[in-house]
Amino acid sequence: MSDPHDWAPSTPSAPDQHPSREHVLAGLKATDEGGADLVQLLTPEGERVADPRFDQFATDLDSAALQGLYRDMVLVRRFDREGNALQRQGQLGIWVPLLGQEAAQIGAGRALQPQDMAFPSYREHGVAWTRGIDPTELLGIFRGTDHGAWDPKDARFHLYTIVIGNQCLNATGYAMGQRFESKVGEGPEAEATICFFGDGATSQGDVHEGFVWAAVYDAPVVFYFQNNQWAISEPTERQTRVPLYKRAAGYGFPGIRVDGNDVLACLAVTRWALEECRTGNGPVLVEAFTYRMDAHTTSDDPTRYRLADELELWKLKDPIERVRVNLVREHGIGQEFFSGVQAESDALAARFREYCVNMPPPAPDRMFSQVYAEGSTTVDAQRQEYLAYHESFESHGSPAVGGGR
Amino acid sequence: MRREFAMPDVGEGLTEAEVLTWHVARGDTVTVNQIIVEIETAKAAVELPCPFAGTVGELLAEPGQTVAVGAPIIVIETAEAGAPAAPSVAPGGAGADEEVGAKIGETGKDGRIATLVGYGPRPGSVQRRPRRSATSGAHRSGAVNGAPRGAASPAVDHPRDVATSPVAHVPLAKPPVRKLAKDLGVDLREVSGSGPGGVITRDDVEAHVTAPTAPGPVVAAPSAGGVRREPIRGVRKATAAAMVSSAFTAPHVTEFLAVDVTETMALRDRLRADREYAEVKLTPLAFVAKAVCLAARRTPEVNASWDDAAAEIVYYDRVQLGIAAATPRGLIVPKVRDADMLTLRELAVALGELTATARSGRTPPADLMGGTFTVTNVGVFGVDTGTPILNPGEAAILAVGAIKPTPWVVDGQLAVRTVCQLALSFDHRLVDGEQGSRFLADVGALLTDPGLALTW
Repeated sequence: MSDPHDWAPSTPSAPDQHPSREHVLAGLKATDEGGADLVQLLTPEGERVADPRFDQFATDLDSAALQGLYRDMVLVRRFDREGNALQRQGQLGIWVPLLGQEAAQIGAGRALQPQDMAFPSYREHGVAWTRGIDPTELLGIFRGTDHGAWDPKDARFHLYTIVIGNQCLNATGYAMGQRFESKVGEGPEAEATICFFGDGATSQGDVHEGFVWAAVYDAPVVFYFQNNQWAISEPTERQTRVPLYKRAAGYGFPGIRVDGNDVLACLAVTRWALEECRTGNGPVLVEAFTYRMDAHTTSDDPTRYRLADELELWKLKDPIERVRVNLVREHGIGQEFFSGVQAESDALAARFREYCVNMPPPAPDRMFSQVYAEGSTTVDAQRQEYLAYHESFESHGSPAVGGGR
Repeated sequence: MRREFAMPDVGEGLTEAEVLTWHVARGDTVTVNQIIVEIETAKAAVELPCPFAGTVGELLAEPGQTVAVGAPIIVIETAEAGAPAAPSVAPGGAGADEEVGAKIGETGKDGRIATLVGYGPRPGSVQRRPRRSATSGAHRSGAVNGAPRGAASPAVDHPRDVATSPVAHVPLAKPPVRKLAKDLGVDLREVSGSGPGGVITRDDVEAHVTAPTAPGPVVAAPSAGGVRREPIRGVRKATAAAMVSSAFTAPHVTEFLAVDVTETMALRDRLRADREYAEVKLTPLAFVAKAVCLAARRTPEVNASWDDAAAEIVYYDRVQLGIAAATPRGLIVPKVRDADMLTLRELAVALGELTATARSGRTPPADLMGGTFTVTNVGVFGVDTGTPILNPGEAAILAVGAIKPTPWVVDGQLAVRTVCQLALSFDHRLVDGEQGSRFLADVGALLTDPGLALTW
């Protein structure tokens, strides 16, 4: 199963044999088309379709489980939208929206076992949710009061990594450690690591290094990247000349493309990939083919580089809508459930807002207090100087968040 | 309760935004996150959602108005009575918020505007908490370093300035020397380096330990933190004062004209061959000066000045022609006296002497006074044109651009001609567009066809 060529499409289309440059570009530019090799269990129209390879990883996904996934996605989207609004109201310095990527994140996050370890980039609010991290714990990073409020060891979810692709090295190292400590194998205790990044990160050297080390050490790491089509303003065809999941073949491990707007497919494929890793067949590359429906961050204006009709196409493939349709048509779920989730999401958003606007600014010495475990003369001197500067004011108001300017 | 919504920084370090469209009006009911206004920043057009539910009390900015980040743009009357309705989640949250305005982007009662990123509103627009008096100066950061700082220095009011002040500079030393200093308990900031570029050497550290040090004033480093600071004085200061006063008192208008000077250049070549001009450096500037003097006779408004105190416009009989000269000391503008009485040859000689004197720095102050018109030759720097700022008290200034071969239409055919750009700035208080344009066109016509001078 770990021969990369097993994961090529079984009936390759004719142009795949000798694709012209134009053909390659056209394929890459067709951002709303995943291609024949796209794993899909739930169509955009909400129809559950069979998949001979991955149905076995979705057998337990009954109506209740599907309702749970729906609830996850709605709640995550709701607080994501609230985060955007809070930034526009001056309450957050920046917000990184995940709109459109809920299925890719909830699917992958819900595939994790408690003992698995996850390394996010900075957009993984949905994965954080599945790891039991309260959305309010994400706010400090974006309000500039802390670098993440959770304990990565307890949550089994590393802190957000801002440097693009850097977490691939950390994740690979962590996974190598899991293997060296014999945490890979059969049985319920076996562990794996999952590393989240984006299509833009695939152009980074750190990702390449992570791939190389993970491959030669058979590290139990799932490289799960959400191809949301845009590396800020750079489209996929400015990143690659092959579909990105095919790059795995060059490193010697399997790569697979899944419909990133299909929460069932993301869940099933990630389950498979993690199982491969836990049993010693790692690493695995998973490309969740999705779309960033909002800006890269609140500082970005996507109307400057992409066309509105692209967004309109992707709205038809909305990850939440297809689950809702499926729940209504194939499971007979009524309006009551959806209204309940809606009300719950509004309450979450209100709590999120309330927490955000009332966050106390950190004390002036906060930025020095946990730099070193045992202190440092340089940092101590800087702290002393900074506190003296604060002392020099007559009133003792709190400093500007982030430590004055 | 009256709540104000302040212009947020929607893009990591923006200082202002323009209001494009209001989606609400006074008296409208609004809900939380309802889109109320569209703004445009340096980065993007952005819709702002309302942070409060209530009734619109007042719109504080007009469409088209540019508003500083942190300035209130709308007043919402909320149903709450005096305090936020919801209980505070974090200790000291709502209360502290009311007292000191810790909310990001909002102005607190103490006048401080909180921002998230380290940029904030532009300097000068920021209100700060009052500083302690000088008697409590022991708290100052300067004292922490063991080096006294200019107590009255206004620079310490701003952290950015602290970073560039001499005591805060990062000492340059190689790692083994840093290790040595650390072992010996030496603060490298107190050691002056003798190595190249001020690098602190091992010897410097050891000398510092053996020598009893009196922590004297820190030697001003030539460059601290990549910044070189030079006091503003002399010509620089005078230039700055003159330019600011001119720019903010005289309403400037600048007009441009591209001129085919092929004929003038041909005339110059012929004159150079003439024995009379053998010893003279005949520059294009001399022709421009001559043309200016001739044209000023037809448009006396450009050779005049605005006397605000007397409420009179002063017209000058003679042209005191200032020539802007770049010198080692800075920009100075020596004058050619009664330039309109001089022949072309005399003008050329005067200009040669003037610039030679100026470059050697020997221009007497009297030569800098009492100009009535200025020519600035930006062409010598290879520049095409500019928008010159008036010498204070003068009504016009002419910038002469680089003279170079240029494609030019002659009789409907494209030809390579020698072309020069002229830019005339004038004081619109006393020179109207008509006079300014006529003067500039006259100068251009004379340079295009020097023979015209015979007819004037």
